[in-house]
Amino acid sequence: MQYLLMIHSDEAAMQQARKEDIQGIMAAYGAYTQAMKEAGAYLGGERLHPSSNATVVRAQNGKTSVLNGPYAEIKEQLGGYYLIEAADLDAAIGWAARCPGAQFGAIEVRPIWPM
Amino acid sequence: MNDGGEAARTATRVARESYGKLVAFLAAPGRDVPGAEDALSEAFASALENWPTRGVPDNPEGWLVVAARRRMLDVARRRRGAEAASDALAMIGGELDDAAASEGPIPDRRLALMFACAHPAIDEAIRAPLMLQTILGLDAAAIASAFLVSPAAMGQRLARAKAKIKLAGIPFRIPETDELAERLGAVLEAIYAAFAHGWAEAFADDPRGRNLAEEALWLGRVVVALAPEEPEALGLLALMLYADSRRAARRDSSGSYVPLSEQSPALWSEGAIAEAEAALRIAGAKRRPGRFQLEAAIQSAHAARRQTGVTDWPAIATLYDALFALTGSPVVAVNRAVAVANAHSAAAGLRLLESAGAAGRLEGYQSFWAAKADLQARVRDAGAADSYRRAIGLESDAATRAFLLGRLSATEAEIASKSYL
Repeated sequence: MQYLLMIHSDEAAMQQARKEDIQGIMAAYGAYTQAMKEAGAYLGGERLHPSSNATVVRAQNGKTSVLNGPYAEIKEQLGGYYLIEAADLDAAIGWAARCPGAQFGAIEVRPIWPM
Repeated sequence: MNDGGEAARTATRVARESYGKLVAFLAAPGRDVPGAEDALSEAFASALENWPTRGVPDNPEGWLVVAARRRMLDVARRRRGAEAASDALAMIGGELDDAAASEGPIPDRRLALMFACAHPAIDEAIRAPLMLQTILGLDAAAIASAFLVSPAAMGQRLARAKAKIKLAGIPFRIPETDELAERLGAVLEAIYAAFAHGWAEAFADDPRGRNLAEEALWLGRVVVALAPEEPEALGLLALMLYADSRRAARRDSSGSYVPLSEQSPALWSEGAIAEAEAALRIAGAKRRPGRFQLEAAIQSAHAARRQTGVTDWPAIATLYDALFALTGSPVVAVNRAVAVANAHSAAAGLRLLESAGAAGRLEGYQSFWAAKADLQARVRDAGAADSYRRAIGLESDAATRAFLLGRLSATEAEIASKSYL
C-alpha cells in the first residue's frame, strides 16, 4: 500500500532554531531519506517553504478568490511530506516514527486512495 | 440422512464456536471484515438450506469457508468487472483448492483479528464493540444497548472502524515481542470493557440468552488459549472469573442489590473461584506483574473470606496501593480509599477519597459518591445525605438505586435524631 506521511511542525520554533541545530536536523533527514530509499519504501518527498508563502485559491459560484496565507492558521503547519510504499499501517507507522520531524511535531499517516 | 433439526443444531454450534475463526480467516487476506461477515452470513443461510437434505458435511467449517469464499469472489466480480477478478481472487486468499479447504483444519487467526480491532489507530471507545461483533458475531443492536448508545449510531461507528481497518491497511498480525505487551494491553482493556458493560446488565432478561459478560469471559479464554505465555491475559481471565463467581450472590431472593461485604460466601461459585486461583497462580509464576494480575489478586483476597470468615483489609489496601502506583487511575483511587477506611479508619479513608476527588475528575462517577456517602455516614458527617443523592442521581441500575435510597433514608433518620455533626 501507499501512504502519505505529512510532517506537521511548529514553524516559529524552526525559525528560531540555532544554525547548528538546523544542520543536525537536515543531516538526520538526509539519512532518513537514504534509509527509505535503500529499503525500497521511498516513492517521493519534498520540503515545503513556510506557510507564510502559502496562497489559498477557491473557485466557487463562478467567482475565483485568492487569499494570502495557509488554509488554516494553526501552530503546527504542514512542512513537508513523504510518499512511501509500505506493507501495512504498522510498517508505515514504523517509518513515521523514525522521521526526524516526529521528534518536534506530528506526522499524519494517510493511506493513498488508488484511482 | 440428517433431519433438519440436527442440521440446524450443527449450524448453530458451528456459528457459536467458529464464527470469529471463520471471519478472521476470510477477512485476513484483503483485511475485508464486512465482506467476510456478509459472505459468512450467506454461507450459514445456505447451510441451513442444504444440510437438512444433503446431510451435514464432515467438516462444517471447511464447507462454510468454501461457500463464503465463492460469495466473496462473486461480489468482487460484480463490483470490479471480470478482468479484475484475478486480483479479487488474490485478495481473498489465492486460488485455493476448495476440496483441500473443506478437509484441512482452518487456521485460527482470531488473536490477529483482535489485535487489528484494538489497534492504536482504532478509536479506543469502539475497540470492545468491534471485537464483540467480529469475533462473536453479536449484532450492533445487542452491543449498543450494553454500551448505552443507539443501535444506528453503534452500527455506523462499527462500519467506520471496519472501513478504516481495510483502507488504512491495519494488519491482522500478532505484534513483535517489543511491542506485544503494550498492544496486548489494548486487547485486554477492550475485553474488560465488554465484561464491565455486560456485568451491569447481567440480570436483564436477554431473549437470546447471550450476555456480554459471558461473551467477554469467552474472549478472555480465547486469548489465554492463543497466548498462554502472557501473564496479564491470565490475570484478566482470573479477574473476570472472580467477578463471575459472585453472580448469584449479588442479588437477594427479592432481587435487591447486596454489596460485596454483605454477600454470603456460600453463594459464591467454588468452581469459578478455583479456576481463577489456578489462572492467577500460573500468571504469578511468570514474574511479570501487571494491572490485571493485581486486580485479580485483590479479588482473590476478597474470595478468601469464604474460608477465613473475615476480609483481610490491610492486605487489600496494600494491593490497592500497588495498583494505584501502577495505574494512577481515579477509579482505583476510590477503591483504595475504601480499603484504607476498612483497614485503618473511616476518617483516613475519607481523607484519601477527598484528595482523589479534588482533581474534579470524579464528579460524574457514581462509585465515588456512593463511597463518599458511606464513609461520611461512618464518621457521622451530615454531608452523607447529599453524597447519597449524588450517587442515586448517577446510578442506572434499579436495584443499586433502591439500595442507595434505603441508605439515604436511614441516614436522614439518623441526622434527624441529631446523632450527626
